[in-house]
Amino acid sequence: MQSYDLVIIGGGPAGLAAAVSARDNGIESILIIERDHELGGILNQCIHNGFGLHTFKEELTGPEYAQRFIDQVKERNIEYKLNTMVMDISDKKVVTAMNRTDGMFEIQAKAVILAMGCRERSRGALNIPGYRPAGIFSAGTAQRLVNIEGYMPGKKVVILGSGDIGLIMARRMTLEGAEVKVVAELMPYSGGLKRNIVQCLDDFGIPLKLSHTVVDIEGKERVEGITIAEVGPDMKPIPGTEEHYECDTLLLSCGLLPENELSKTAGVSLSPITSGPVVNDSLETSVEGIFACGNVLHVHDLVDFVSEEAKNAGINAAKYIKEGKKVAEKEIKINPTGGVRYTVPVSIRPKEMDDSVTVRFRVGQVFKNSYVAMYYGDTQVLKRKKQIMAPGEMEQVIIKKEELNNYPDISEITVKIEAE
Amino acid sequence: MEEKHLTCIGCPMGCQLTVTMENGEVKEVTGNTCKRGDVYARKEVTDPTRIVTSSVKVNGGKIPMVSVKTKNDIPKGMIFEICKALTDVEVNAPVNIGDVVVPNVCGTGVDVIATKSIPAA
Ligand SMILES: Cc1cc2nc3c(=O)[nH]c(=O)nc-3n(C[C@H](O)[C@H](O)[C@H](O)COP(=O)(O)OP(=O)(O)OC[C@H]3O[C@@H](n4cnc5c(N)ncnc54)[C@H](O)[C@@H]3O)c2cc1C
Ligand code: SF4
Repeated sequence: MQSYDLVIIGGGPAGLAAAVSARDNGIESILIIERDHELGGILNQCIHNGFGLHTFKEELTGPEYAQRFIDQVKERNIEYKLNTMVMDISDKKVVTAMNRTDGMFEIQAKAVILAMGCRERSRGALNIPGYRPAGIFSAGTAQRLVNIEGYMPGKKVVILGSGDIGLIMARRMTLEGAEVKVVAELMPYSGGLKRNIVQCLDDFGIPLKLSHTVVDIEGKERVEGITIAEVGPDMKPIPGTEEHYECDTLLLSCGLLPENELSKTAGVSLSPITSGPVVNDSLETSVEGIFACGNVLHVHDLVDFVSEEAKNAGINAAKYIKEGKKVAEKEIKINPTGGVRYTVPVSIRPKEMDDSVTVRFRVGQVFKNSYVAMYYGDTQVLKRKKQIMAPGEMEQVIIKKEELNNYPDISEITVKIEAE
Repeated sequence: MEEKHLTCIGCPMGCQLTVTMENGEVKEVTGNTCKRGDVYARKEVTDPTRIVTSSVKVNGGKIPMVSVKTKNDIPKGMIFEICKALTDVEVNAPVNIGDVVVPNVCGTGVDVIATKSIPAA
């Protein structure tokens, strides 16, 4: 069996940045495994700009951002295998993969970094009534068709869900000559970034209907029309509010889910809220030596944060490979409450942690003029005013080791949203 | 005095900006986290611009399309015209990231460049 110190699963921005940082932290034997025919992950189809302002201080398109990291991987001669699908990971870190030239093969790794990204919620999960005619696409599939294959899925479009991919595709298809009639969003707020609402809908006069859903799809062979209706607080359509749109295409942009089928094979514990692995401050999962970063861990809004997180995963995996497992003296749980849905990481090791650890989270509803508060035990250590917070955008707080160690007896850190 | 409310698109933070105008002149910008927000707000109320991204056909490449962008901002009102001008453009592989695909697109003085390298098939 072949062996590597570090095997990274997924060659998207997370996998690439993790590989670079592990190498820069002294790990020579690294293999990136990617199932696609090229590195770069989802960014290859995100041809719009808006990537990398935090990391590179300039605004890049998805492929350009990916190229910066691909170049760093190539400069360091880090090994990678393309067109190779990882099938299984054992809890002993044996990675089983498959491709056309090598067939099925196994690799023993000392450490593994999960960087498989996410997938779109499928139509099945949405439960829309009506026939199953042609012309229904996930927004990501439409994005790949238009941007990479050069094929337009339709001419008259209704979009269900206001996730970023749907918003980006509303603009893209409008610019390619399609008529985007409406974006309907079930929730009373958009799931996408504000800037995308401005640039992709407002700029083109495309209406966004919040608290609306699709109640009927017409057409047997091909979509011919869509009926949407307003929903009440119980999320049920309100009779009498139906509106009909003639269209040939329905795009679904109803959110992303971390891709964790593989993580399950290794026995990694998953969070029921994020659907991603439960990790501590070193981004290590419940299985020793298996780390996670990027969209496989929790769905990020900004790729810059993916790269930052992945860099940390690389550093921590390198440390693990060099020093072996150290049993943490103490682990403090982070308790998300008062509107904070989850945190990544879920716990902090006050002795072993880095000098500062970024805790990322999302809120469960829109908050205006509120405060992000953090408590070490019962003591408030942070209160930061935010004009607006929305579920579509990631928030963060920073825990400083020096400060935390002034509270040696606490058993819990609380992160919550406060009105006053 | 007149107030205009904008969302800054300078970066994905999307700060909520308030522009105070008097006789068509910007008096004050508030709500921005950094200088770019101020610059954006002043520009957006007087001379709005955008980067346009699209993809064009590649002949003989490993994949059929190459992604492109305007190298700099172009006037917002010209977005459609530029996209139209790009519909029939074809390039031959190999294409390198940064290659000029259409010089001086629609007389804007701005080049359209490739944002991805496409090797020959
Ligand atoms: C449509 C869209 C628009 C976005 N817009 C913006 C934006 O405007 N600005 C911004 O900053 N960010 C944006 N993002 C976010 C950013 O692109 C993502 O956060 C980032 O790409 C996530 O990186 P990743 O490496 O975790 O996942 P991915 O890029 O998805 O990479 C995962 C990789 O793992 C591979 N893989 C999965 N399973 C296996 C397996 N079993 N074996 C081998 N390989 C496997 C996949 O093929 C893929 O290449 C956008 C994302 C999307 C989807
Ligand atoms: S003001 Fe600065 S931080 Fe805020 S959105 Fe604009 S560029 Fe980003």
